[in-house]
Amino acid sequence: MPALSVTLAGVSRSFAASGRGGASGRLAASGRGAASGRDAASGRGGATRRVLTNIDLDIRAGEIVALIGASGSGKSTLLRQVSGLDTPDVGSIQIDGTPLVGIDQRCAIAFQEPRLLPWRTIESNIALGLPRGTPKADGAVRVGELLHLVELEGARELKPSQVSGGMAQRASLARALARGPGVLVLDEPFGALDALTRLTMQDLLLEVHSAEPATILLVTHDVDEALYLSDRVVLLGDDPEAPQGSGSGIRRILSVPGSRPRDRADATLALLRAELLDGLGVSSHHRPAPSPSTTVRLDSF
Amino acid sequence: MADAEQDAVGRAILVNAAASSTGSEYLTGASSGALPARATRRPRASTVLLGAILPIALLAVWQLISESGVIPSYRLPAPLTVWQAAIDLAQRGLLFPDIAISTQRVLLGFVFGSILGLVVGSIIGLSRWASLLAAPTVGAFRAVPSLAWVPLLILYLGIHEDSKVVLITIGAFFPVYTTVSGALSHVDRHLVEVGRAYGLGRLSLLARVQLPAIIPTVVSGLRLALAQSWLFLVAAELIVSSLGLGYLLKESQDNGRIDRLFAAIILLGLLGKLTDTLIGFGERYLLRRWT
Ligand SMILES: Nc1ncnc2c1ncn2[C@@H]1O[C@H](COP(=O)(O)OP(=O)(O)OP(=O)(O)O)[C@@H](O)[C@H]1O
Ligand SMILES: [Mg+2]
Repeated sequence: MPALSVTLAGVSRSFAASGRGGASGRLAASGRGAASGRDAASGRGGATRRVLTNIDLDIRAGEIVALIGASGSGKSTLLRQVSGLDTPDVGSIQIDGTPLVGIDQRCAIAFQEPRLLPWRTIESNIALGLPRGTPKADGAVRVGELLHLVELEGARELKPSQVSGGMAQRASLARALARGPGVLVLDEPFGALDALTRLTMQDLLLEVHSAEPATILLVTHDVDEALYLSDRVVLLGDDPEAPQGSGSGIRRILSVPGSRPRDRADATLALLRAELLDGLGVSSHHRPAPSPSTTVRLDSF
Repeated sequence: MADAEQDAVGRAILVNAAASSTGSEYLTGASSGALPARATRRPRASTVLLGAILPIALLAVWQLISESGVIPSYRLPAPLTVWQAAIDLAQRGLLFPDIAISTQRVLLGFVFGSILGLVVGSIIGLSRWASLLAAPTVGAFRAVPSLAWVPLLILYLGIHEDSKVVLITIGAFFPVYTTVSGALSHVDRHLVEVGRAYGLGRLSLLARVQLPAIIPTVVSGLRLALAQSWLFLVAAELIVSSLGLGYLLKESQDNGRIDRLFAAIILLGLLGKLTDTLIGFGERYLLRRWT
């Protein structure tokens, strides 16, 4: 599938302020979770807690956008809106110009947790990601390629309980790739990997992206990773002016200069890095003296 | 809110199931389901030997007591007498038809009841509407002591096979229904969401995610259902039948043949244990395959 553009317009999402979350097990299981879960959460006289507020974002087809923000700032929630697992209370989302209704098969998601089915082997867990109706032989070939890609050939027959956290996460990534999606939504895809594997996997993702372009929206806590991988970095967070509990919005969007593959040690990236860390509320000790001559383009909100 | 209540009710029903006649069976079943490591362990010769100690000791004590004459033999026949009674019945060709027909009734009722329990349990466990509409009714039917159905069944279906198989079906249905519907509403939401995200429809979600996730619970439900099936078999056969181990019990009681009575009881115990062991093998296989 070719890469598809994603447009978010005024997306907001609230949850019930207390007690059980919006989409309960039974509702989610019934396949109507997205819609009726929201009714349960935001309707009927309960207080609600706003998590996302008024998110506008245009993602070009084939673009890689990294989403960063503090823990609890609603990154995963935003990804759930884009993949159709959850529906915004206000606002709309379009993929390739058509509005998103429910779960969209043009989109593939890798969750923050690997979420592998414990009774299936790694191989057949990855096969779960294949588009419906893939002929068996083609599917097997594709899964074989993916196993090779994420270096899990040795683990194809193992159950998830028998592999390491990093291996499980790679399997989860492979499952999302199996779809050959137009939009790839990745929630901290490399979070559980050691530093070295992490670098390898970042390069792997870029390889996949140039071989089979997809629009990628990924969450990461690693500023360097965001800068290395993405075209733009979106910083999500509370508005310091707004009263507490009014939800996260987009604080900044940084365009990362240069084309991929980037030099990890690039000096301009170091500047952006300080900028992002600052936005996250972490002061960078190696912060360069602020100078008006900074060449970095910065779209501040 | 409604959901929380629903879950509480579900749990309460489960607890009821555990507290009913076969409570201890249920608990052991459930714990072995929760501990696949224990359930998947292959029974070794030493395990079998250890398990055989108590029955052999019981036999010995029984033999001693009956030899000592403390209890008269018309109250407690000697083990050997019971054995001979069984052989005698077998030689006259009276025993195997009883065993065969009882086993057939149990298996038929167990299979029908389990399938029904699985289907109804899945529907009520998965669909909020079905649950709101039907769960209280099914719960009410469950609350009817199952033997209360016997006169009605006889009236409707006569005293032939049908009424007995239906009664056993009722007995097998509820444990499976209760465990399946209860477990389905507690399947890991994250896994269900994975299924939905990857485009599984309702039925394939059930087949590929939800049912596999609850296999251990289903298996313990099946074990409980089997135990219930034997229970209901004997009840049905005691009340009305002309063949079967329950009938043998009743006939022996009427004729004062306490040796046959003992033989029938022991046979029922052995058959129940045998079928339970067979399910145990199935359980081991399923747990290996699905965990
Ligand atoms: N189903 C839900 N019901 C109620 N509240 C929810 C639900 N899902 C998310 N939230 C709330 O939304 C907020 C944002 O959660 P989210 O998982 O999106 O954060 P995040 O940015 O991904 O954090 P992290 O970096 O730790 O993964 C949290 O306060 C969380 O409690
Ligand atoms: Mg998250």
